[in-house]
Amino acid sequence: MNKAAKQPWLKPLVFAAALSPLLWLASRAVRGTLGPDPVAEVLNRLGLYAISLLFCSLACTPLQIVAGWSWPLRVRRMLGLFAFFYACLHLSTYLFVDQGFDFGGIAKDVAKRRFVTVGFAAWCALVPLAITSTQAWVKRLGFRRWKSLHRLAYLAGGLACVHFIWRFKTALLQPVLFTAILVVLLGIRLAARVRAPARRMSVPSQSR
Amino acid sequence: MRIRSSEITPKALYLRRRELLALGAAGAGALLLPRHARAAETPHGRKLDGVKAGQPSTEEKKNSFEEITHYNNFYEFGTDKDDPARHAAKLQTRPWTVKVEGECAKPAAFDIDELLKLPVEERVYRLRCVEAWSMVIPWDGFPLATLLEKVQPTSRAKYVAFETAVQPKNMPGVGAFGAIPFPYLEGLRIDEAMHPLTLLAVGMYGEELPKQDGAPIRLVVPWKYGFKSAKSLVRIRLQETQPPTTWSQYGGGTEYGFYANVNPEVDHPRWSQAKERRIGELFRKPTQKFNGYADQVGKLYAGMDLRKFF
Repeated sequence: MNKAAKQPWLKPLVFAAALSPLLWLASRAVRGTLGPDPVAEVLNRLGLYAISLLFCSLACTPLQIVAGWSWPLRVRRMLGLFAFFYACLHLSTYLFVDQGFDFGGIAKDVAKRRFVTVGFAAWCALVPLAITSTQAWVKRLGFRRWKSLHRLAYLAGGLACVHFIWRFKTALLQPVLFTAILVVLLGIRLAARVRAPARRMSVPSQSR
Repeated sequence: MRIRSSEITPKALYLRRRELLALGAAGAGALLLPRHARAAETPHGRKLDGVKAGQPSTEEKKNSFEEITHYNNFYEFGTDKDDPARHAAKLQTRPWTVKVEGECAKPAAFDIDELLKLPVEERVYRLRCVEAWSMVIPWDGFPLATLLEKVQPTSRAKYVAFETAVQPKNMPGVGAFGAIPFPYLEGLRIDEAMHPLTLLAVGMYGEELPKQDGAPIRLVVPWKYGFKSAKSLVRIRLQETQPPTTWSQYGGGTEYGFYANVNPEVDHPRWSQAKERRIGELFRKPTQKFNGYADQVGKLYAGMDLRKFF
């Protein structure tokens, strides 16, 4: 039976849910309730949304492994693209508002500050994934090569965690929790691989 | 219908599925929950009597009472910028004494209400946080030198150590999960402490200091990064050796140094100090050496390598 026909609400629902933090942020900006440092607030929120959505996209396959659900796989691409969308907004806020087009300062920042370097690397890792997210690119690359490429998402997740941890001067709960979640997600995939090597060949193909 | 073996979830994982899902859901929920955007309005403190205009004071646009009371660091109440406003109401500021001791002829414990009778002047100072944001704040207070002269420092008093209040029951940031060790310790060289710019603030905007900004009495050293200006002081100690300070010891001393003079030429390991964002403005502006007080304090550091003594 066609699952997409069975759950026609799935994609619109996930789309609305993924977009809602941005609308909430925009509404706070309009109402002037972003606090005394709105730039920092917007920058930090966008970063949090980016890493959260990236983690949602990374959780799809482990969810399928653990719970046996297939619906997360059908929204994985959308979640990944939303993660990239928020990462772009986060980066743009840093470049154009926080640093105010001061490209000399930005170049220095990216090269010298490891926390900025790592954040930028995480964004870079997402770029090829966003570009090759279409069905046409899966065909062009071949599924196995495409899949290998898309393991970069885990690298991006790891880099995002390091970026998050290094941002603070003292150890904080949030970044540590994200890192723990990443370890759990990766652990589920590895455990599934060890227990059922055949799975490697049988990941369901993407549906639109 | 046939089920391929690859579609069967390993039993161990299957048995723990609820656990894993709950963990994921709880984590995601906790992280995405919007924090309360604003803390309750800060009650206005008692008006201070006979505040005179003092010098130097900057003519720059002052930050609002609302901004100054809702965006700052006071780790005893949590690490977020709005935590002090949310939690500081429980701070007990009476009775309150400030002990001044160590290398001095007349050590004494001063009651805060006694100190509030000293002549108070308004100084509008720039405050530059080490995190590269800044404000302009109208402090009300008196020079630290006024208090130190009362105890008559000896010739062995080369440094001044500051210790701040710890009230574990009233401070949610203090305890096993505290971000940094408490009490919060700060220090100055004696010439920095005696400098006329160095203030003990007891008020702001003509009112007694709001609790989240370091009531009832705090240090203000405008040419140094904000963390040097220790809040809610309980002890001031004159001594011969450089005192250990909270941030200069943190993380092996790589974060912030003892001197912590505002300096756009010496970057923090993780970010540039060349620019700052004035709270209330959109784009960053250049940071001034010694936060714009170089004329007054530059000579204190003549011949010193400010990269080494950061």
